[in-house]
Formats: sequence, C-alpha cells, structure tokens
Amino acid sequence: MSQEVIHEATPQRASLLYDPRVRGIVFQVVLVALLALGIWWIVDNTIENLRRSHIATGFGFLKGRAGFDIANTLIDYSSDNSYGRALVVGILNTAIVAITGIITATIIGFLVGIGRLSNNWLIRKLATVYIEIFRNIPPLLVILFWYQGVLALLPNVRDSIGLPFGSFLNNRGFYFPRMVWSDGAWLVAVGLAAGVVLSWYVARRARARQMATGQQFPVFLTSVALIVGMPLLGFALAGFPLTFEFPQKGTFNLTGGVNVKPEFLSLYLALSFYTAAFIAEIVRAGIVGVPKGQTEAFSALGLRSGQGLRLVVIPQAMRIIIPPLTSQYLNLTKNSSLAVAIGYPDLYAIGGTILNQTGQAIEVVVIFMVVYLGISILTSLFMNWFNTKMALKER
Amino acid sequence: MKHIAIGILGAAALGFAASAASADTLSDVKAKGFVQCGVNTGLAGFSAPNDKGEWTGIDVDFCRAVAAAVFGDGTKVKFTGLSAKDRFTALQSGEIDILSRNTTWTINRDTALGLNFAGVTYYDGQGFMINSKKLPGVNSALQLSGAAICVQSGTTTELNLADYFKANKMEYNPVVFEKFEEANAAYDAGRCDAYTTDQSGLYAVRLQMASPNDHVVLPEIISKEPLGPSVRQGDDKWFDIVKWTYYALLDAEEAGVTQANVDEMKNSDNPDIKRLLGTEAETKIGTDLGVSNDWVVNIVKATGNYGEIFERNVGSGSPLKIARGINALWTKGGLQYGMPIR
Ligand SMILES: N[C@@H](CCC(=O)N[C@@H](CS)C(=O)NCC(=O)O)C(=O)O
Repeated sequence: MSQEVIHEATPQRASLLYDPRVRGIVFQVVLVALLALGIWWIVDNTIENLRRSHIATGFGFLKGRAGFDIANTLIDYSSDNSYGRALVVGILNTAIVAITGIITATIIGFLVGIGRLSNNWLIRKLATVYIEIFRNIPPLLVILFWYQGVLALLPNVRDSIGLPFGSFLNNRGFYFPRMVWSDGAWLVAVGLAAGVVLSWYVARRARARQMATGQQFPVFLTSVALIVGMPLLGFALAGFPLTFEFPQKGTFNLTGGVNVKPEFLSLYLALSFYTAAFIAEIVRAGIVGVPKGQTEAFSALGLRSGQGLRLVVIPQAMRIIIPPLTSQYLNLTKNSSLAVAIGYPDLYAIGGTILNQTGQAIEVVVIFMVVYLGISILTSLFMNWFNTKMALKER
Repeated sequence: MKHIAIGILGAAALGFAASAASADTLSDVKAKGFVQCGVNTGLAGFSAPNDKGEWTGIDVDFCRAVAAAVFGDGTKVKFTGLSAKDRFTALQSGEIDILSRNTTWTINRDTALGLNFAGVTYYDGQGFMINSKKLPGVNSALQLSGAAICVQSGTTTELNLADYFKANKMEYNPVVFEKFEEANAAYDAGRCDAYTTDQSGLYAVRLQMASPNDHVVLPEIISKEPLGPSVRQGDDKWFDIVKWTYYALLDAEEAGVTQANVDEMKNSDNPDIKRLLGTEAETKIGTDLGVSNDWVVNIVKATGNYGEIFERNVGSGSPLKIARGINALWTKGGLQYGMPIR
C-alpha cells in the first residue's frame, strides 16, 4: 500500500513546488510575517526609546486642560476644556472647510467644465484660461494669494466696506447679521420639514403618473414653491419670531453679528478655486466621453437639447465623472492641512499645538493619521454609494 | 499634506532612532567633532544670521561656549534652525545635542517632555506690542478687551495669553500662527491689534516692522519667561558640561575675566581666579567635568564672559539696546548667580 501512496505522492510533491497557487500562498504568508515582524520591531523600539528618554506616553494627555484659545470654533470651547475637545474643534474646522469647499468647487467645476465645451468663443477661452492658471499653481500659493494678496488688503475696521443687509467687509473678515429666533421658531422648522416631505411625495406621484399616462407635471416649480412657501407660512403663523443682531463697531473690532474670519475665507476660496480647475477638466472629459451617437439618438427621439442633456448625456457622463471626482474631493480634504500657513485652526494646526505643548508626538501623529484616513474613507464610501446609484441600470 | 509627512517623519525619527538618543552625548560629540545646537531660525539678539551669514546672538554664543569647553575651539559647532513647534522633537530624537532657542523653563517641559534645563541665560517676561498710530488711546494691556491678538503657536506665550485674559475677564480674538514670519507679517498688515511674545522678542519684532517707531511695547509683563538651554534627560555628564559652561560664564564675569584680559588673568594669584582658569597646581576641576582644565580660558576666549555676550548681542552693543535689568549679576542687584567653581 505504502508503495502506491509514495508513487502517487512523489509527483504531487514535485508539482507542489511549482504550483503557482501554493507558491502564491507561501509568499503571502512570508510577506505578512515579515510585515508583522517589522511593525513589532518598530513599536517595540519606539516604546523602549520613549521610556529611555523619559517621555510620557499614552493617550491620557487628551483629558488634560488645553490652556490655549482657538479663534474659530463651531462648538463651545475655552482654554479650560481638554486637549481632546480642542482636537474635536480642529476636526470640525477641517470638516467644515472641506465640506463647503467641496460643494463650491463642484459648482464652479461643473460651470467651468461645461463652459469649456460652450459654442461661445469667449466663454470657452475664459474657462480654458481659468483651468490653466489654477491647475498650474501650487495650492499653498493660491491660499497665500487670497490671504495676503486679497483679504489682507481690505480696509481696516474703521473704514469697513458697508454691504447690503447690514454686512461689512474689512481686513478682519466678513461680518453679517446674526439671526436671533424667538418663541415659535419651531413652526418654521416644521414648515420646512413639511415642504421637503410634500415635494418628495409630489415628485413620486408625478413620476408614477408620467409612467402611466405620459402626462408631465411641473415638479421643480412645485417643489420650490413648497419648500419656500411652507416655512414662510409657519413663520407668519408664529408671528414673525425673528430679529437680527447687527454687527457694530466696538473699540477694536466689529462686535455682534457673525464674523467669517479671513483665515477661513482664504482657505475656503483657495481650495474651492484650485480644486474646481481639476473638476472642470473631469466634467469636460465626462461629457466628451459620451458618444456623439447618443446626442443624435435623443434628437431623433424628438427631445429638446436641454432635456436631452439632462436625461441622456449627463447621466452617462456621471459614470465617467464620479470616480475621478472622488479623488479630487479627497485631495481637497487633505490640502486643507495647508491651513497651518495662514493660522486657520484646522485639525493639523491644533494637533500641532497639542503636540508641542504635551510632547506626545507619536500619539498626535497617530490621531492625525486615523482622522484623515477616517475622513477619506467616509468620503469614498459616500461617493461609491453615489456612484452605484448613478450607474446605468441595465434593463 | 507635506506638513503631515514631516510630522510623521519626526515621530518616526523618535521611534526608530535607537542609537540617536544615546546616553553618552559627550563621546558622540567628540566622535563627530562638533556640537549640534538647535537655535531659533531668526530672532535678533538671540540667534539670527548676520549680513555675513554668520550666526549671532546670546543663544548662539552659548553653544559656542559649550563647544569651546569641549573642544577648546568655539567654532566647532553646527546650528540647526528650529521653529517653536519642532524644537522639542529635534532634541528628543537626538538630531541636536543642545536646545538653545529662547525656550522657557517650565515644569511640563522639564518632566513630561523629557528635558533638562541647564540654567537661565535670559530672564524674560511676556508683553504686548501695539501700533500706536492705529490705537493712540491704548497705553495698557488691560485696555485690550475685544482686541485681535497675533501669537505664535506651540509657545508658552499662547498659554499665558489665554490665562491673562481669563484672569482679567477680558475677551480677545486669538490669531495663531505656526511661523514667526507669518505672525509678524499678519500683525504688520493690521490683521491684529496687538502682538504678544517675550519682551525681548517684542523688541526684535519691532525692528522688523515697516515703521518700527509706530509700535510701542505696553508696560505690563504678564508672565515669567526664564529662557535657557536644555538637554535630554538621562545623560548627567553632558548635562553637567552644559550647566557648568553657563556658571563659568557668570563666574568669569563676576571675577572680572574678559575676552581681552583672560591671558593676563592666568598669572593671577587670586585663588578663585586660579581655580576658575585651571591654573591651580594639580587641579582636577576640568577633567572631573570631562573637559580639559583650561576649559574656562577656552570659553572666555571664544565668547567672552556672560556680560560681554549680553552687551554684544542684546545690550548696548546691539540695535536692541536692552538694559541688563534683572539679568545683571547678583552682586549688582540682578538674578544671575554662578555656582562656585571649587
Ligand atoms: N519663550 C517661549 C516663546 C519662544 C518663541 O518661540 N518665541 C517666538 C516669538 S519671539 C519665536 O522665537 N519665534 C521665532 C521663530 O519661530 O522663528 C517658549 O519657550 O515657548
């Protein structure tokens, strides 16, 4: 019996060495083992070194009193709060500039991208010049341009530029009245919610009716009317519970109202304008990527060109646009760490301060990596979801 | 992104550098042939390159003094310019041997950050500067409620600022920059009403403004800022050398030993001076410290005594014209007090 087994096993064993699958597995196991060993070596070495240089370690420092103030805060924060809360302030500041930047960059990007394909010579050239300028300047320079070249040159507080609705612009930023809601304001919120729900319902019904009967319904106009009208109705019913707090001249600065600081403004504008140039190119490529036959086809079906663009070309272009758009969104978020050059307190700037005050370099850098990675993964997940929604449904 | 990369590299250097933070800095320094000294990238009077590109300033001269003690040659030193934020990582990771960068001695830095401060080369305090053209009515920091204030991050300055306004129940808008130049430029451009840092720094910043005479330093001093050199913990020998270099500079001034007369002083019969200059028979003072017995002679030849360093860099011989004040020797009513060399 053994004779036979050996006889059978020998050729198998020989082939095992050359079997690409087995080899692949072996290589992967070896690689993982080496990687684990490497990481263990680094971690072990680090801990040992920190111990030897008498540097405190661990994340306990996050509970300590921060002791420094932060200019732009979206949540309540004072120097008595903890380092942990200061970090949250930084994360929120990064998030707000990334989100507003992404929205604005997308709008500008789509406009410029479509502009590049315009039949109008002037619009086409302007779009091209815009793209060429912003694509070829490093983002840091764009930020400094807005900060030192534009916003710093605005007049000082005493000579603030007055704008409509009690707003002001000066070298301390943009000031506008703050809305102060009083009793009954919840009716406005209820109105808004009702408007949104009703528009959604109308859109659903309209689509069902069009599918069944072919009759169309002005969904867009109705929705706008509902979303604006319902809150207004609530506002009137509650007896107009709104007053404004206007910015006023104080000893040094304007006080009251809402102040959008130049640090935020320049970062937001720079990131939007810079990233928009890349988005514009992506949009152009997406539209050009839809075969000309599709345009001819919708014309042949009797659709007007606006309708055709909206119903036929753009949905197909989106398939091409969304994946590279995601990486532009990620770039914008990561570029926001350039904020440190102009003193906008984003995650990186605040983390840096904490690093310096506590000396917990490794812990803070780990937090940086985790948060930026987290934001990137969230963005990717959202965009992937959006991508599958927009993908052509094969029928 | 680039900043993050640098941060990671810094942390990585801290982690990986198994040998860098070695416990025998003196041998390392001797093997290298020079002292690597972390200084400010450009703060007039403390450390700044002059028009010939040579580093000058109190903090720079202190490192030259250490090099002179170790090598008998004050030029055997290399300088690394560091921002407020990078300075501690640079020392911890072993990139530099001494941190001599207008750094305030605090308990947090002395303990949690793993530093050892060797002395106070300049007793300072934090103050405010305003543009008197733009704010003619302001003559006290207590009038600054509501002001926008430019400050550099990663400093004791931003902590004192928060405490001061809180203690006085005043509001302010901090405008916080990582880099000195950015903070200075923003203040000069009118982004802030006031600028705050160590008083010595205010005088230096003032000279860099477009029109220095418009700017006044307000009288309030809101903190204690003892600035001095520091080394890594866990290396007593190197700590001793840096510490005693500082005392030697003070003792030389107290004994009247100057750059000009040090050779002459070697013939002195005064026992204090003989011990100081290593001319006592069979002396072991220098060798016990780990340097040669004529170490103080070498130091004074390289940089002069403490008083000479002070006057040359920030005092009457400099554009800053800062008075000795509390930085005078204890014998003249100041705080500078060299421990006895015996
Ligand atoms: N003494 C304070 C402040 C030190 C500090 O960094 N001061 C600023 C303002 S004078 C500075 O030297 N900046 C120069 C630079 O970063 O290049 C500390 O140790 O935290």
